[in-house]
Amino acid sequence: MAHYLLSVLHDDSNGSVIATPAEDAAVDAFNERLQADGNWVFAGGLASPGSATVVDGRAGEPVFTDGPYIESKEYLAGFWIIEAPHLDAALRMAAEGSKACNRRVEIRPFRPRE
Amino acid sequence: MTDVGEVIARVHREEWARVVATMARRVGDLDIAEDSAAEAFATAVERWPADGVPPNPGAWLTTTAQRKAIDRLRREVKRAEKHQEASMLLPETPEPLGAIDDDRLRLVFTCCHPALAMESRVALTLRMVGGLTVPEIARAFLVQETAMGRRITRAKTKIKDARIPYGVPYREDLPARVTGVLTVLYLIFNEGYLSSDPAKEPVRGDLTAEAIRLTRLVRALLPADGEVAGLLALMLLTEARRAARLSATGELVTLAEQDRGAWDRELIAEGHALVRARLAAGRPPGRYQILAAINAVHTDAPDVRDTDWSQIVALYDQLARIDPSPIVRLNRAIAVAELDGPSVALAEVDGLPLTGYHPFHATRAELLRRLGRGEESRAAYDRAIELTGNTGEAAHLIRRRDQLAGR
Repeated sequence: MAHYLLSVLHDDSNGSVIATPAEDAAVDAFNERLQADGNWVFAGGLASPGSATVVDGRAGEPVFTDGPYIESKEYLAGFWIIEAPHLDAALRMAAEGSKACNRRVEIRPFRPRE
Repeated sequence: MTDVGEVIARVHREEWARVVATMARRVGDLDIAEDSAAEAFATAVERWPADGVPPNPGAWLTTTAQRKAIDRLRREVKRAEKHQEASMLLPETPEPLGAIDDDRLRLVFTCCHPALAMESRVALTLRMVGGLTVPEIARAFLVQETAMGRRITRAKTKIKDARIPYGVPYREDLPARVTGVLTVLYLIFNEGYLSSDPAKEPVRGDLTAEAIRLTRLVRALLPADGEVAGLLALMLLTEARRAARLSATGELVTLAEQDRGAWDRELIAEGHALVRARLAAGRPPGRYQILAAINAVHTDAPDVRDTDWSQIVALYDQLARIDPSPIVRLNRAIAVAELDGPSVALAEVDGLPLTGYHPFHATRAELLRRLGRGEESRAAYDRAIELTGNTGEAAHLIRRRDQLAGR
């Protein structure tokens, strides 16, 4: 089994970052299927990028900066972490997830643990 | 044992994909499968001239490759002292889905996986299934050898990291995945048939032959698939005209001007038989079967004037129903010109959103020429010449343009 991150890509063409009730319902149903099939690890929707704070704690006192680290027309609106035997299975879940949340989804494997 | 070299070359053609595919299943790693297969063939080159060709060369190669792979795994395990790695190299692979179980088919599906970039699919398929070397593939696509090597390495890394399965797709995904495989094969064929690069030979038989060989293999693995048969027929009927397609001066010769006596009758007969078998199957044909049927009509005519253009237009109508793209409409219009005249055809061509596509301008140039509109025709030729990357085609277009009256 491998883990995959499904990132929900939001851009201006999607309209509001807030999901519609229909999208919410579809995502809930999809999440239930993931759980029932044993593929669910974690998922969540994110608040708007404007609510982000960038923290740099690499040297001395941490520095806080208001806003996302990069201003972009496209940003992460939410994500799933799923478990799947291989990419073909994960791609099907990603396709379902994309349909449910009505946005494009990027799928990326986690690095296998040593 | 005079020609052991020839035997090895033949065995390489016939057995490479099987050895790589078997090894890929056994070790679960394409990289190791490829390397161990290459080492096994290198050992054959060393040993067979002295020891003789073994009675079952394929089995000998697989056994040798297996030994090489085990040696490598042992070395790696020892070096890194990561004993768990050895067990990770034998992951579960998806179980086969019934009739189409063959390691080589798994290999084809893995190399043509839709999660890989198209250029990576082409390169991987030629390397892993076709057995071409990286320098050969780099030459074929006029890419630096190191760049091609990196492209293949990146693809193998993605297969490993993203866990692209080494197996046949889900039944529901199968039609789309087969279409994906055919796209790769057709792309290889077309690159050989009409090279898109001015620095390359206009027609390259090595690539078309390789594409046909790979398609024959896929057809042997998926004998019931009509589109696989259709693509093979399409390639054969196109390949049959290759000798007539290039003049002594390196100019592309159009279908109408070709010396039909130079066509390969054997390939045509095989292509026609495949098309007939598909017609007899009585199932609605896909795009490759329709394109093959169109080529069957062309190759059925002893002279271009004998061409059954109404049949060709009807086939394009059928194709347009499943693929209403402007390129299909452009090709249909070329047949319409023969049936209903150039002005009807031009009306259909004008307005197609294909201004960046050189055949659009070449077609307009020919139609305008037949309508006596020389200046417009010349401009269209100029645009087509500017856009084509194929030297043989450019030579043909320049000659046609320069034949226009008033020059």
